[in-house]
Formats: sequence, structure tokens, C-alpha cells
Amino acid sequence: MAERCAVVGVGQTKYSKRRDDLSIPGLLREAIDRALVDAELELSDIDAVVIGKAPDAFEGVVQPEIFLADALGATNKPLLRVHTAGSVGGSTFIVGAHLIESGIHERVLSVSWEKQSEGNAQWGLAGGRGRGIGAGGAFAPWIRAYIERSGAPEYIGWQVAVKDRLNALKNPYAHLHLPDITIEKVKESPVLWDPLHFLESCPSSDGACAVVLTNEAGGRAASKPAAWVAATAVRSELGQFPGRDTVRVRAGVECAHDVYRQAGITDPRRDIDVAELYVPFSWYEPMWLEGHDIAGPGEGWKMVDAGDTEMTGSFPVNPSGGVLSSNAIGASGMIRFAEAALQVRGLAGEHQIDGARTALAQAYGGAAQYFAMGVFRSEP
Amino acid sequence: MPATDIAIVGFAQTPSEREASASEVQLLVPTIAAALTAANLPRSEIGFTCAGSCDYLTGGPFAFVQNLEAAGAWPPISESHVEMDGAFALYEAWVRLQHGDIDTALVFGSGKSSPSNPAEVWAQQLDPYYLAPLGLDPVSLAGLQARALLDSGKATERDFAEVVANSRRAALDNPNAQLRGTPSIEELLAEPYVRNPLRRHDLPPISDGASAVVLARGDRARELTERPVWIRGFDHRIEAHQPGHRDITESTSTTLAARKAGYDGGPIDVVELSATFSPQELILRNALGLPKSTNVNPSGGALAANPIMSVGLVRIIEAASRISAGTANRALAHATGGQILQQNLVILLEGE
Repeated sequence: MAERCAVVGVGQTKYSKRRDDLSIPGLLREAIDRALVDAELELSDIDAVVIGKAPDAFEGVVQPEIFLADALGATNKPLLRVHTAGSVGGSTFIVGAHLIESGIHERVLSVSWEKQSEGNAQWGLAGGRGRGIGAGGAFAPWIRAYIERSGAPEYIGWQVAVKDRLNALKNPYAHLHLPDITIEKVKESPVLWDPLHFLESCPSSDGACAVVLTNEAGGRAASKPAAWVAATAVRSELGQFPGRDTVRVRAGVECAHDVYRQAGITDPRRDIDVAELYVPFSWYEPMWLEGHDIAGPGEGWKMVDAGDTEMTGSFPVNPSGGVLSSNAIGASGMIRFAEAALQVRGLAGEHQIDGARTALAQAYGGAAQYFAMGVFRSEP
Repeated sequence: MPATDIAIVGFAQTPSEREASASEVQLLVPTIAAALTAANLPRSEIGFTCAGSCDYLTGGPFAFVQNLEAAGAWPPISESHVEMDGAFALYEAWVRLQHGDIDTALVFGSGKSSPSNPAEVWAQQLDPYYLAPLGLDPVSLAGLQARALLDSGKATERDFAEVVANSRRAALDNPNAQLRGTPSIEELLAEPYVRNPLRRHDLPPISDGASAVVLARGDRARELTERPVWIRGFDHRIEAHQPGHRDITESTSTTLAARKAGYDGGPIDVVELSATFSPQELILRNALGLPKSTNVNPSGGALAANPIMSVGLVRIIEAASRISAGTANRALAHATGGQILQQNLVILLEGE
């Protein structure tokens, strides 16, 4: 690799159900401008732009980055559009990091977004047809399979739902702020897709997240602390075939081991201080703890049960509130990377994990078949 | 510009068809297999895969997910996808290969325009606040561009007809082309306008097709093939979206991308341009500073076959094929995105 990659700017919009105070370009600029202010740079300092979002059907504009070129400050620059389903925010971060690590560019803006209120995400997810079962409907049987396999008690999912929503109270950008949430309320909320209750599911949000990436010289010159990219990896596998393990997904296992190897992590539970994992439905927290070999088989839910994944626990997961609290689909993966970067920069505000030096970011998509993962460090 | 030597070592494309009976995955399966065979490389040895396609062409979200079957994504692969022409997927793979930890990559582009009306689909690419409500479609925009070009005095309708006649004639030798023939300039100029000043033959055909390229780095490329096609330079640039915010009779982003790709204006044996409307070939020739004698679009170009999302990658394949066959040593290829040349990619290719 020719160059190290450093994150020197992070910008996020306030996530909410409907940002009708902003056009699509305005939504993107809210995140981009904040990232540039954080990086103490201007749009004119940016060499190239990488943009990601989930299906164009969500907003009804074909390749919207084409009309957004001006608002992105991308005119006369290279502009790449990434689309890898739900993992796209993570992939978009990684493509930007590659442009730095290859030595091709010195300063890259990576931005991901979704303005779900412009359309109907469930309709979009169903391919514009009326027979959609929703993402929760697709994942529920696999969650049920995890429960069967691991022997986890049903309240584990409710605990994750409460934990992430309480964390979100410390994150001013989070969409859902539910100060009164309790295990009881989650349990009593309607079942959407057995075993998932309404409050165990992610919201549908408008929002954007942007990061400014630079090389080693840029990272060292920045006046605020930089987050150093220690590893990135992507993996994809077929979504349906007989015998596919949809609980412990092989692409997820291999992607995790790839980033651990690159970052020199031999015991992820010990070596990682905080993780931002893509948990759109509560049960995916223990599923990914096991699916990325942070916990052994059947041990992920026990970490949840013991409070290990709370902000005060030994392995905090999603101090930002996670996808369960903010879900602008195309941005959700990049938010994981941005929040992990903020943690090692020590700039996560009220949801900062004290002394975080190594952070893991993960995004997944499709039929739990696309993975994008990264490891950030506070030191180069 | 990174120094790492990366080469095209295998490629394949489907014939371009007005309406392929095969699905997009079915178009890709034999194409990817043929590219790997040409590169003498088993799929299991591919280090990175990148695809280019468009949901809206297929008519459903996550359309690219199906194409994982053609990529052979089991066991899991390191893979990415751009919602862009396959030429931009090639760019992402080229960037990934610079890292040095892997030395091969597979790239493909695919699209079927036949299930929909492309003029309706691509009209939805325009700014939804200010442009789309006008009801402009890509043909109308291309018509405005052609009219501006005529009014600027940089070209005549006869020049448009010459581009078409050359394309049709060149395509006689291209088994993958869709439109071939030997029309005279007078015959072409006698045709009625579709959108004044464009005639039917100034427009691209509606096409289905797919293409694939295998890349390899350094010595690995030399091991795999006797005549690697080296990527000497690679860049892409985008311009303002509003047609009124740029001079649509020029392509400054093409000029800039060519310069960034290291094209110095020196002699070039063959050039393949993604000019989907005949006036655009004249604009692109001018943007690249090509002399009249330059061999442009010996394949017939996008006017002879326009498999959207693959057509740019096909330009690169057509240029590379002449270098690997030994009939050319230095070539330029071009791909585009958006309407009327808003986004442009230039790659500079060379033999040993």
C-alpha cells in the first residue's frame, strides 16, 4: 500500500423521519459541510468524491449523483457512485479509502445518504411490486434459527432494543429519542415479523453522513486528532442456495478475519475497544458478535445478557444508538464507520467510550450477503 | 499517477442485440467465463471483482445482486459494485490493484435496455426539481446539443452523416455490432428528422449486452499472456449537470480526464469513443485534440451497438483487442455517464 489513510472529518445530518426542510442536495450539504468544518478544509481542497446510496427507487431518481454533481462540489473532479445494497455506506467509505491508500488522491470526500421520505422504502425494497415482506420479513426466520441454535432467551432482543435507544439519547443526531423505553414496552409492542416486535426494528430515516479522508501527511497535519484506517475488507456471497448458513454467514466470518489479520488483531474481544455494528433488528447484535468471532458459538447473547455490550460494559456495541435508532439506509453503513472513527478520535461527545483506541465498524446488506468492515486506530 | 503496472489480460463481450432472450445473468455467465478463459485464469484465483449495472434499466432495486451468480460468489468473494458503466467498475478495480496485496481482478458491465423505453428511463436521471418537470428526454437533450454545435459553426449536418456512414461501414467487420451498412451521405441526409437536427441514424440503437475484463498486475500479467495491454493512464471527471451551466458544444471534462490520464496528444493508433449520438463523436474528437486522420471507432462505436452500462467497457475492450492482436500499440478509450457527455472517462492503453 502506497499510503496510510486518515479520517480527519466527519459530518452527519440530524436523522429524522422526514427532513422536508431540505432538498436532496441540501440534505447532502448538511453532512458534507459539517465534515469539511471538522476537517478544517473547503470543498475546493477535495480531489475526488465517492458517493453511495441504496436503490435509486427509494427517491425515484436514476443515478441521482449525476444531478447532484454541483452540490457535491464534484464538478471537474472524479465522482464514483457505489451501490452494494445495505452495506453500501461501508463500501463507499472503503472505495474512498482506496483512493487515498493507492496514492492516487490526497483528499477524498466519501458521502452516503438516503431520503426515504421521498418515496416508500418498503415498496422500493419489494422491487416496486406489492408482495414485499420487508427486510424484517426476510431476516426473521434466520433470527428464529439463531434463537433455536443458541438457546437464547427471547428477552435478549428486547434488551438490545432498549440499550441502543438509551445510547441514542446521548447522540443528538439520532432519529429516535425514546427516553421512556423499557423492556416491558418493547415486549408489548406489536409483533411485526415473529419474533421481532415493532420496537426491535429500525426506523425509516432521512439523512446523510460524510467523511473527509486524507493521507499520512494530511492526517498528521490535522489540528484535531485523526482516525487511522488500520484495515478494510469487503465480501459478497450468493444469497440463496441449499445448505447456506444464514445465521453464521461465511462471507461475514471471512470479512471479519480479513480485517483482524490486517490490523494485527488476534483476540477481537480483547483487542477492540468499541464496535459499531449494523444492527437493524435487535437480534443481529448477538448474531454478529458470534458471526464475526467476537464471541464463541452460543456466547453472543450471553454478552448481551451480562451487559458487556452496554456503554459501561467490556465490549461496547453501538454507543451511537446504531441502526435501531437511525436508518437512512444508504447512509447507515457509513455511519458505523464514521462513529467508529469518532470514537478513536475521542470526539464522540456524550456517547464517547473513554480511552477508545481501536474501533471496529461493520455494515451488511442484501440477504445478509454483502459485508463491509473496517478497523480504526487512534495512532497511525 | 501511481507507478504500478496493471494490464488487461483477458476480455469478452456478448454480441449486442435489440432484444436478447437471455436474462442479464445469462448474458454474463458465458461472457465472464470467456474472459477468464482468455486470461488463462481460474475464477478461484481472482483477487477482486467489480461490476457495473443500473437498477432502473432492469426495472427493480438491487438488480446487481442477481449478477453475483455470474460472478461465482461462492465461496465468498471480495467484491464491489458501481451504479455506473462497467468502465467505471474497471477504474475501481484498477485502484484496488494499486494496493499490491492482490494481483488479479475481474470486471464486468451489463445492461438490458430492451424491457423498457430508454427515453423514459433516462429522463428520470435529470434534476428532479428543475429539469425533469420540463419533460426533457435524452433525445431532446442530444438534439439541443446538436443544434448548439451547428449554431457554433463547429460542425454541419453533413459532418453528422459522415460519422454515421463511417460507423455503419466500420461495423461491417464487427460481429458484435447491431447496425451495419454502406449508406451514402446523400441517403442519410435525405432521411427525416426525429428531433431536429437529429435523424434516426444519429441516435444509438436500443441494445442488450454484457462484457467482462480481467486485469493482472506486473509479472503476473506477463505470465498470463504474451501480450498484456498495459493501462498507462486512467482518469474520469464530471461537469455541471444543468446544460445551461456548461458549453455543451465542448467536453472540457474529457480534455481534463485525458490530460490527467497522461495523454500528451502524441500519436495514437486507435481511439474508441462512447459517442451515443453522432454529433458527440465530433465534440469528443475535438476535446481530445485528435487529427482528422486518427482511426476512431473501428468497431463502429456506440452508434452501431449501445448496450448501456456495458458500452463504455466495450470501448476499452475494442481498443485493447487491437493492441493484444498486434494491430495497434497505443490506444485511447472513452466512456461516459449522465446525459450529453456530463461525465467522461479516459483510459490510455499500450502494448509492451
